[in-house]
Amino acid sequence: MLDQLLQFFITGITVGSVYALVGLGFAIIYNASDVVNFSQGEFVMIGAMSAVTLSTMGTPLILAMFGAVIVTMLVGMSLYKFAIKPAAGASVVSTIIITIGASIFLRGAALLVWGKDFYGFPAFSGEDPIYLGSATMLPQNLWVIGVTAVLVIIVLWFFNHTLLGKAVIACSCNKVAAQLVGINVTRMLLLSYGLSAMLGAMAGILVAPITFTSYDAGIMLGLKGFSAAILGGMGNPLGAIAGGLLLGIMESLGAGFISSGYKDAIAFTIILLVLFVRPSGLFGKKSQERV
Amino acid sequence: MSLIEIKHLEKSFGGVTAIGDLSFQVDKGIVYSVIGPNGAGKTTLFNMLCGFYRPDQGEIMFSSDENYPLHQMDTDKIAASGISRTFQNLQIFFNMTALENVMVGCHLQSSCNFIQAMFRTLSVQREERQVHQQALDALTFCGLQSLATETADSLPYGDLKRLEIARALASKPKMILLDEPAAGLNDTETKEMRELLRRICDSGVTVLLVEHNMELVMNVSDQLLVLNFGSLLAQGTPEQIRDNPEVIQAYLGGEL
Amino acid sequence: MIGGMKRLGGFYGISVVFLLLPVIFPDNYYIGVVGAFAGLHIILAVGLNLLIGYCGQISLGHAAFFGIGAYSSAILTTRYSLDPWLAMFAGMALVFVIANIIARPVLKLKGHYLAMATLGFGIIVNIILVQSQNLTGGPDGMGDIPVLSLFGWTIDTDIRWYYVIAIVALLTIWFALNIIQSRPGRAIRAVHGSEFAAQMMGINTSKTKVNVFVFSAVLASLAGSLFAHQQSFVSPDSFSFFFSIELVTMVVLGGMASTYGAIFGAILLTYLPELLVIFEDYEMLIFGGILMGVMIFMPQGLYVGVSQKVAQFYKNRKPAQKQAVSEA
Repeated sequence: MLDQLLQFFITGITVGSVYALVGLGFAIIYNASDVVNFSQGEFVMIGAMSAVTLSTMGTPLILAMFGAVIVTMLVGMSLYKFAIKPAAGASVVSTIIITIGASIFLRGAALLVWGKDFYGFPAFSGEDPIYLGSATMLPQNLWVIGVTAVLVIIVLWFFNHTLLGKAVIACSCNKVAAQLVGINVTRMLLLSYGLSAMLGAMAGILVAPITFTSYDAGIMLGLKGFSAAILGGMGNPLGAIAGGLLLGIMESLGAGFISSGYKDAIAFTIILLVLFVRPSGLFGKKSQERV
Repeated sequence: MSLIEIKHLEKSFGGVTAIGDLSFQVDKGIVYSVIGPNGAGKTTLFNMLCGFYRPDQGEIMFSSDENYPLHQMDTDKIAASGISRTFQNLQIFFNMTALENVMVGCHLQSSCNFIQAMFRTLSVQREERQVHQQALDALTFCGLQSLATETADSLPYGDLKRLEIARALASKPKMILLDEPAAGLNDTETKEMRELLRRICDSGVTVLLVEHNMELVMNVSDQLLVLNFGSLLAQGTPEQIRDNPEVIQAYLGGEL
Repeated sequence: MIGGMKRLGGFYGISVVFLLLPVIFPDNYYIGVVGAFAGLHIILAVGLNLLIGYCGQISLGHAAFFGIGAYSSAILTTRYSLDPWLAMFAGMALVFVIANIIARPVLKLKGHYLAMATLGFGIIVNIILVQSQNLTGGPDGMGDIPVLSLFGWTIDTDIRWYYVIAIVALLTIWFALNIIQSRPGRAIRAVHGSEFAAQMMGINTSKTKVNVFVFSAVLASLAGSLFAHQQSFVSPDSFSFFFSIELVTMVVLGGMASTYGAIFGAILLTYLPELLVIFEDYEMLIFGGILMGVMIFMPQGLYVGVSQKVAQFYKNRKPAQKQAVSEA
C-alpha cells in the first residue's frame, strides 16, 4: 500500500506541476487585468504543438522549445492587444465569453494547422526508468517537477524582487495610480499576458513526452488550471501553485485508490467541498464589501 | 415612548473596538441624529441596527407592534418589522428605472408569489396597479415624480440620494435610518433635503440620522448623540450639544 | 403603463411568427428540424437568462440539468416502462430536489468561485452519466426511447415535434415575461442590483436566488425530456461542459436581462453552426472569431445593443415624440 502511495504521489506531483503552471498563468492574467482567461489551456496546446513541429523539422530540442515559447508568447500578447484591450470595461461575463471565443478560435486555428492527429515528442533525457523503492519514475517526471520548480522560483523572484515585477503588481492594484507614476500600463499588461503564455507553453512542452498532444488537448488542462487557481484563491500566485499540486495529487490518489473513471469527479467534488467551507479558496482574501 | 433601546452594545473587528459599551434610547416620532468624527463607529452602529453585523455584546430592542430583538435578527426580518434604511455608498438598483427601484421598496406591502406571478393571475394584476401607484406616491413625496421612467444610471447624484429615500419610504416603515443623506449635496440640495427630512418626520416616521453637515443636523434634529471612538461622548438637544465643551473639543473644533 | 397589449406585444408577435413559419415554409429542414432545436434552446436560454441576466448569478453547469431530465425520461421509460409523461414529471421532480440541495451552498459563493462550483457540478454529473454504464449505457448512450403521445396523438414526425416544442417554448417565454414584471421579478433584479439594499427591502436574497436557480433547472429538465423523446436516443456528449458554455453564450450574445435577447441568442447559436458548416475546416475558427467580435464591439449583447441603437436613432430623429418613445 505504501509503495502504491509513493507511486501515486509521484504521478500526482508531476501532473500537479503542470496544473500549477497553468494555474499560475491564470493568476497572473487575473491579477493584471481582472480577466479569467479561458483560453489559457490553448497556450499549453500551442506550446506543445509548436515544439513538436519545430523538432520534426530538424531543429535541436532546446531551440525548438525556445521557438515554441516565443510563438506562444506572441499569441498571448496578441490576445491582449486584439481581444482584451479593445473590450476594456466590459462586464465580467462578457469578458468570459471573449476568452471562450478566443479559445475556440485558437483551437480552430490549430485544427487547420495540425489537423486532428495526435503528436508525440521525444523525452528530454531518455526513457530509462528510475527506481525509488518500489515506485518507478521516468526521467521526464523529474524534468517536469524540476523545471516547474525553477520557473516558479523565477516568477516569484520577478514579482517580489525586481522593479519590473513590482510595476506589474502596481498596475493590478490601481491602473490610474500606476500611470501617474510613469508606468506604461499597456506594456505591463502585454508583459503579463506574454509571461502567462510562456508558463503555459512550458507546461505543454514539459508534459508532451508523457501524454500525446492534439488540437483539443488544451481544454481539460485549461479547466484544471482554472480549478487550481480557484482552489488556491483566485489571484494568489502561491495559492495557484499549491492548488495545482493539490489537484494533481487528489486526482492521482483518487484514480489509484477509488476509480480512474471517476478521478475528475472526485477532484471536483473535493474542490466544491473546499469552496463551501472557504468561499474564497484556500488562500484567497475574503473581500469585505463595505456598505 | 422609546422606539429603540440600545443596551451595552459592543463590536470589535479583529482587535479594533468599533463600538464599546454603548447605551441609548430613541423616542418615537422624532429626528434623532448621530454625529461624530470619521471612524467613530456611526456606520457600524447602523449596520448592527439593520442586521448586517451582529454585535459581540449587548441588545437592540425595537418596540413597535411587538418587541423585536434586532441584534438577533436577519436583515430581511428586521425590514419586515418596520425599519428601513439608506446607504452611505449608494445602493441603488442601477439595472432598473427610478419607479421600479421604488416598487421594490413596496415588496413588504405586497404578497404575490412566484407561481402566481408566472400565471399572471388577476390578483397579480391588481397588485401591480397598487404597487405602481404606491411607488409613484413615494416618488412624489420626495419630489421625483417626473423622473419615474428614467433608468437609474442616468440620474444625477442628488436625485439618486432622494431616490434611495423614496425607496426606503415605500415600505411604510416605522423608522428610517438615513446614512449621510446630505453627503455630496450642494447648498440648494441640502436645503431641499432638510425640508424632506422634516416632512418625513411629520408624516409619523421616526428618523435616525447619521450626518456630517452640522448646519443641517442642528436645524433638523430633536435629539443628538455624539460618538467618539465608539463610545457615547454626549447626548441631548442641539442646544445642549452645541454648548458641551467636551464635544466642542473632540469634534466641533471650538467654533460653531 | 402596464397594459396587456403593450407589455406582451412582442410576445404575441413572436407567437404568430413561430406558429406560422412551418405553414409558410412547409417541409423545410431549416424551419421544421432546426427550428425545433432552436425551440429547445429557447426554453433553456430563457430560463438561464433569468438566473444570469436578471439575477446576476452565473451557472456554467446547466447542461447537467438538461441531461438529468433527458436521462430520467430515457431510463424510466426504457428500463422501467413508465409512462413518458410521468417519467418527464419525475425527471423534473428529481431536478427540483437536486437543484434545491446544491443551490443553497453554491449560491453563497460569488463571482469566479460560483462559476467554478457550477462548472464542477456540471462536470461531475457528466462523469456520472458516462461512468454508470449499467444505468445509463455509458458513453455509448441509450436508444429506443419510446415515442411521446398526447391523448392518442403520437408525436413522431418533425412537424409535430416542431409544434409541441414551439408551444412549450412560447409558454416558457410567457412565464418569463410575467415573472419579470411582478413582485418576485423585481426581487430577482434587486438581488442583482444590490444584495444589501434588497435585504433592507425585506427580500430574502438567498431564497430568491435559490428559487430562480431551481426554476431554470426544472425548465432545463423539461427541455431534456422533450429532447430525449424527440431524438429517441441520448448520449453524454450532448450534456457536456461545452453545451453549458454554449447556453451561457446564447444568453450573453443576445443580451442579458432581456428575454427577447435570450431568444435571439438561442436562435442565432442554433442556426450559426448550420450556416458555418459550408466553411468545413474553417468552421471553428470563424465561430470563435464571431464570438470575440460580437462581444468586443457589442458587449451588451447583439439584440440589446441593436435595439438600443434603434431606440437612440428614433429618439434623436423625433424630439416631439420623445415622451412616447422613452416609455417603450
